[in-house]
Amino acid sequence: MRAVLFPLIATSLLFLGACATEPEKPAASAPVEAKPGAKPQAVESKPVARVDATGRSTGSPFAALKDPNNILSKRQIYFDYDKFEVKDEFRSLVEAHAKFLRENPSAKMLTLLGAREDQIESVSLGEEKPVCTDHSEDCYAKNRRDDMLYSGEY
Amino acid sequence: MIRLLAALLFWACSAQAQLAIEITGAGAQRIPIALAPFAGEAALAPGISTIVRADLERSGLFRGLELPPIVPEPTEATNINYAEWRSRLADALLVGSVQPRPDGRFEVRFRLYDVVKQQALGGVAYTLGKEQLRATAHRISDFVYEKLTGEKGVFSTRIAYVVKRGNRYELQIADYDGAGAETALASFEPIISPVWSPDGKRLAYVSFENKKPVVYVHSLLDGKRHVVANFKGSNSAPAWAPDGGRLAVVLSREGGSQLFLINADGSGVRRLASSSGIDTEPRFSPDGQWIYFTSDRGGTPQVYRMPASGGEPQRVTFEGSYNVSPRISPDGKTIAYITRNAGKFQVALLDLSNRQVQILTDSDRDESPSFAPNGRMILLATVINERGVLSAVSADGRVKQRLSATAGDVREPAWGPFIE
Repeated sequence: MRAVLFPLIATSLLFLGACATEPEKPAASAPVEAKPGAKPQAVESKPVARVDATGRSTGSPFAALKDPNNILSKRQIYFDYDKFEVKDEFRSLVEAHAKFLRENPSAKMLTLLGAREDQIESVSLGEEKPVCTDHSEDCYAKNRRDDMLYSGEY
Repeated sequence: MIRLLAALLFWACSAQAQLAIEITGAGAQRIPIALAPFAGEAALAPGISTIVRADLERSGLFRGLELPPIVPEPTEATNINYAEWRSRLADALLVGSVQPRPDGRFEVRFRLYDVVKQQALGGVAYTLGKEQLRATAHRISDFVYEKLTGEKGVFSTRIAYVVKRGNRYELQIADYDGAGAETALASFEPIISPVWSPDGKRLAYVSFENKKPVVYVHSLLDGKRHVVANFKGSNSAPAWAPDGGRLAVVLSREGGSQLFLINADGSGVRRLASSSGIDTEPRFSPDGQWIYFTSDRGGTPQVYRMPASGGEPQRVTFEGSYNVSPRISPDGKTIAYITRNAGKFQVALLDLSNRQVQILTDSDRDESPSFAPNGRMILLATVINERGVLSAVSADGRVKQRLSATAGDVREPAWGPFIE
């Protein structure tokens, strides 16, 4: 609920690929000491340990999902302004993913047709993941999208 | 709006920080204070009196007087000639000294005087290493501020914010003035909604590092962190209860964004409210009795509140069709929030006792207001030329500051609590 105007909904599937984090040891630093006889005012330094979560997770085990000649490699569905209906031009894409999920019960992903509920997770990314930042209708249209991600791709 | 642009540009000394602060406006009544250079302060650059002056002037409540060179330099041990300082139009006077010690450390002493009442207001002595120079100066500023205004200063507090450079996000912690920034978390995915625990030792935030919004609690000192909420769907908008043991969070696990309470260790999740619309952005009142939040249950996004133990929500904002991101002042008497005002998104302040609303900023796209722990200033993010910068406005709207990083987008600021 923020003050910007262009809703972007990216729906992704989920799987737990915890990123390794290795906190560094905080640097030791001596506190400021109050002088004896004066009002004690201990001033402490407040070091911050650094956590790196920039590791990437590994790819999907399903080759078909990455084959650019396979419709399953297509993962974006675009929407009209303030609409959530899947347009006809994307129906074959949605159906192909639904079929893949039915045939691969262990795969987890989002779909709109015919997958088991426990295979799917929908997440709103709000305004955090625009693919385009220009102020044009073409750009806004690119942000009104669903992304489909299989386990291991995120 | 007063445009006595007094300004002062201040560069943080840390190589990482590079947040510059620009101040416009000032309080109606500023206390004229003489800040004599501390005798020997050149040994510890930048001089302590310079840092203290910048602190005090940044508050908008003080005006540092220009002083001619004084020979010999006064120190905390000098006998004060009140008439002379009064003739310089000083209401208050700070004097002190810096002395190197044989062990390589330094000794700093100061004394504060009320020139009008002709009395000493006290002083403190410290020993410190060079790396504690700023922390020590901020403590001196806190002392001066509290003695002369009767309120606690916030010069020793810290802020958290997120810097985005390219595709890299960093959650950074800095002194209240942007100096000494350190990175607590780096990620290639968004980090949003940081909030300080009441003890100032931990942050809760939302990280997308696993490609979905997950709520974490992160201990700053050792970098240890744990997942608090990673339910199916979105996990967002954490808010600490004043006891530090629980958080309000927004989960979509039962369909739609709804308010939940959860223990800080991730246990004991329970639903707090049911709405046909979106409920989000919860915040506890300082007494822990209420949870304020944003909801579109009435058709437009407005601020509501409900008892923290559960119960019927009441609408809080009525003016305008878009009021979001409520933050309750430390005294519980006002709330700051973002309102849409003639197409612009600005910080508004609502007095809960008389329902008066005042718009505090004149910017276009404000986000994420955050009260200083003494309630005097409100830190916020605003977008200027497509770039996020931090700014601050006093709760009376008179003083405005801008903290701008030299590169990158800075967003999601959160002002930390007092640390004893």
